[in-house]
Amino acid sequence: MARESCPTVKNILLLDSEGKRVAVKYYSDDWPTNGAKLAFEKSVFTKTLKSNARVEAEIAMFENNIVIYKFVQDLHFFVTGGDDENELILATVLQGFFDAVALLLRNTVDKREALENLDLILLCLDEIVDGGMILETDSSVIAGKVATHSMDADAPLSEQTITQAWATAREHLTRTLLK
Amino acid sequence: MAQPLVKKDDDRDDEAEYSPFLGIEKGAVLQEARVFNDPQLDPRRCSQVITKLLYLLNQGESFTKVEATEVFFAVTKLFQSRDIGLRRMVYLMIKELSPSADEVIIVTSSLMKDMNSKTDMYRANAIRVLCRITDGTLLTQIERYLKQAIVDKNPVVASAALVSGIHLLQTNPEIVKRWSNEVQEAVQSRAALVQFHALALLHQIRQNDRLAVSKLVTSLTRGTVRSPLAQCLLIRYTSQVIRESGSTQTGDRPFYDFLEGCLRHKAEMVIFEAARAITELNGVTSRELTPAITVLQLFLSSSKPVLRFAAVRTLNKVAMTHPMAVTNCNIDMESLISDQNRSIATLAITTLLKTGNESSVDRLMKQITNFMSDIADEFKIVVVEAIRSLCLKFPLKYRSLMNFLSNILREEGGFEYKKAIVDSIVILIRDIPDAKESGLLHLCEFIEDCEFTYLSTQILHFLGIEGPKTSDPSKYIRYIYNRVHLENATVRASAVSTLAKFGALVDSLKPRIFVLLRRCLFDSDDEVRDRATLYINTLGGDGSVVETDKDVKDFLFGSLDLPLVNLETSLKTYEPSEEPFDINSVPKEVKSQPLAEKKAPGKKPTGLGAPPAAPVSTVDAYEKLLSSIPEFANFGKLFKSSAPVELTEAETEYSVNAVKHIFDSNVVFQYNCTNTIPDQLLENVTVIVDSSEAEEFSEVLSKPVRSLPYDTPGQTFVAFEKPEGVPAVGKFSNMLKFIVKEVDPTTGETEDDGVEDEYQLEDLEVVAADYMLKVGVSNFRNAWESMGDDFERVDEYGLGPRESLAEAVSAVINLLGMQPCEGTEAVPNNSRSHTCLLSGVYIGNVRVLARISFGVDGPKDVAMKLAVRSEDEGVSDAIHEIVASG
Repeated sequence: MARESCPTVKNILLLDSEGKRVAVKYYSDDWPTNGAKLAFEKSVFTKTLKSNARVEAEIAMFENNIVIYKFVQDLHFFVTGGDDENELILATVLQGFFDAVALLLRNTVDKREALENLDLILLCLDEIVDGGMILETDSSVIAGKVATHSMDADAPLSEQTITQAWATAREHLTRTLLK
Repeated sequence: MAQPLVKKDDDRDDEAEYSPFLGIEKGAVLQEARVFNDPQLDPRRCSQVITKLLYLLNQGESFTKVEATEVFFAVTKLFQSRDIGLRRMVYLMIKELSPSADEVIIVTSSLMKDMNSKTDMYRANAIRVLCRITDGTLLTQIERYLKQAIVDKNPVVASAALVSGIHLLQTNPEIVKRWSNEVQEAVQSRAALVQFHALALLHQIRQNDRLAVSKLVTSLTRGTVRSPLAQCLLIRYTSQVIRESGSTQTGDRPFYDFLEGCLRHKAEMVIFEAARAITELNGVTSRELTPAITVLQLFLSSSKPVLRFAAVRTLNKVAMTHPMAVTNCNIDMESLISDQNRSIATLAITTLLKTGNESSVDRLMKQITNFMSDIADEFKIVVVEAIRSLCLKFPLKYRSLMNFLSNILREEGGFEYKKAIVDSIVILIRDIPDAKESGLLHLCEFIEDCEFTYLSTQILHFLGIEGPKTSDPSKYIRYIYNRVHLENATVRASAVSTLAKFGALVDSLKPRIFVLLRRCLFDSDDEVRDRATLYINTLGGDGSVVETDKDVKDFLFGSLDLPLVNLETSLKTYEPSEEPFDINSVPKEVKSQPLAEKKAPGKKPTGLGAPPAAPVSTVDAYEKLLSSIPEFANFGKLFKSSAPVELTEAETEYSVNAVKHIFDSNVVFQYNCTNTIPDQLLENVTVIVDSSEAEEFSEVLSKPVRSLPYDTPGQTFVAFEKPEGVPAVGKFSNMLKFIVKEVDPTTGETEDDGVEDEYQLEDLEVVAADYMLKVGVSNFRNAWESMGDDFERVDEYGLGPRESLAEAVSAVINLLGMQPCEGTEAVPNNSRSHTCLLSGVYIGNVRVLARISFGVDGPKDVAMKLAVRSEDEGVSDAIHEIVASG
């Protein structure tokens, strides 16, 4: 009861246009094995594939869970919560993730760019939800927290702006992972 | 519907091929991780390797214990680097590896250094990492820093500490509870998210203290909460307080104004949370509902699917209890039937089915048929349930609804879905006589091609009950006998039973049935053969048309008046001996069942599907315990043991609850004591009982607990004598008396000298209900008729003003301590009258049945008419006495 009284996210998924993982993070024990996780991803992916979630986030129910999702290019974003969770809170988490990724990838949001900046995506996930608890939903703050690489160690976070976040993201883009 | 990918087809091939992780291999990456050990660290390259490792983990690859340890030690080297980006990746990696306790020690000092760093990002992340991997012992070392961090002026740091606190509360509650002051300060924070996290933690710390939660809610609802998320939390806590305070029903509900005010909040999530909270209030009135319904109605026409879904889902729930309140939204709802999102469309349809009128049924059914194949099973079940209730509401429409059900029964579907359909058809058959013949044929067709053994056997059983009563029972035989040829042993066995039932009940069919049953004697399965043999012999299988003996019918097909769990436990304890098993020795008391049937309101246990299994009986355990104590041996057979009654508040030094054991001329109190102080040992624990307010009782003996160590429950008993067979009542005050000895927490040794001490417990009462066993009957009406009205006593009582009808009904049930039958303990919302059927066994093994009609008279006054039948005049009077004095 106590756990339920606090909004909880069960997982955040970022899949590609074939349903393969780009980055996923599970916060609940509902899917104990990798097999169970993959099965859930597959069912969510196939059942949402036909829907048009490119302008507004869409919503569906699976196995007593609420899944909110949004697609852009070849990337599919999902946020899952419990049956009786406030749908709009989950939608806010999804929007935060979605917009933060857009900021970090400088609006070229596709699978290739996401994989090349996978470290940013993973940090982004880490900053949004901690063990199921919502940490932050404001996309500019999330992106700001992720992209602090070039910042002076002693500068307070509050002084960072989106421009700075973008600047770091841009700098990050110049390096590739395999070289 | 799906948009084509923006990329052109010709360059898609390259595109699909390309990935920075193409051909990545675990072994190679682990080799690469050696760069972490380089004396001259290259932060960029190290970051890349960590990303690759995380990629592998993310794809579901797992590291062996050795690999994980190696990577972990290598990663700890990276704390030397001052590169912020790299450090972030190190934090992430450590969390993913979830190191073991001895490994945690390696990074503890580095993380503690970061926790005190000037860089906020370090502090926040180090806290989260350390709290994630730490165990209780380390926590006490870093507690000081965490408390500081909670009130840190940087919101990210404060949030990190608070969220970690929420996680740690699950494992180390006693430590986190010490942070209340800091958390309380953080609730006042100007940063939105900090306030949200602080409020969540504060509530979890205090959740067992109702008064504190109520105070918290009172103060915050007056003040300003900045973050929408925190506001949502506050709404949840407020509804919790409303729920627990129990509505006074006089005047306005406390905090309702706050909830209503939240409907005008600027954040949609808050508006929705408040609307949902209002619709879920206990016994909500239509006046209270109206503003919530209005905002939800606005959401229905939103451009955002999530908002439409949330609103329609909530309205759907409201429609179950207050269909009239939702009718205003019907026009908006109808436009949602064509919503692109199938979930929304389904919810809209089922809501309309609940609120619509008879004339709209056919139109709605047409629309539903169009999209049934597009939606998931769980939604189909929702539709089926809605159609079932619709059919009961408009019985004249059964033809089209039954057709719909039989059509979808033929389509593909999972077990739950099929079960929902079959259940619905069964209920329609039972409640709408006209639908019986067609419904039974639909079921017959279904079992011709049914892959679910459970459903087949249930339908066969049902056919056995209903089939013989139809105008032409012979037409079902073919379907049933086909099962014997085509199905697995379980289904075959139940088909044999069904055939036998036809044979027993329809005499004209008997010779033909026997031919079929004889063929079953050669079945490959022994259960099938056994059943066939039994039926042929008992029903008189010599081929002559004889009327089957009533006793035989009762024996074969009569209902078993015993809870199956009790029978099962009795059979398990029965040891094969000369003495045959006696079915009368099985206790008939029904253990209270959890309210598992709320899913299908109005569904009686006689429908298809077994009633929920009762929890395993504890009576046997008590009986065993008491019979092991020689002093109680001559008290005779235990009549009843009550549920434990708490005699102390939760979370006090000593926790005590009591069980009342009733014997014919004795009563034994069993006090279950638990010592919750780790450094104390209690000896010679007794309960001093003052029975001055219970005149008919006299204490005969008291059995102390010799020693009661920390956290190990012990039992002390006090026994009383009372006049034989008399339901004496009384009030007992209790005092726990014991010798306290200190225990050294480090060595575990006990000091020799103890101090005598006492501890006041709450009073215990023996009431009339203690002399009543809850024994249900499967068919109340039959039982009532067969009991006869020789000793019937009828009288009327006024119960005075009551909170609600439901409350009055449950109060009377509790007062009498009898078993409600046929689900009559549930009172539908807003009803003005109710009839409750009770059954029980009174002390002296006298069966008692009661039929109570309640009615609301005037604004809140409840009156009832109580009719009691029993096997003994005195007992019928005694029941009236209980009510009259209660």
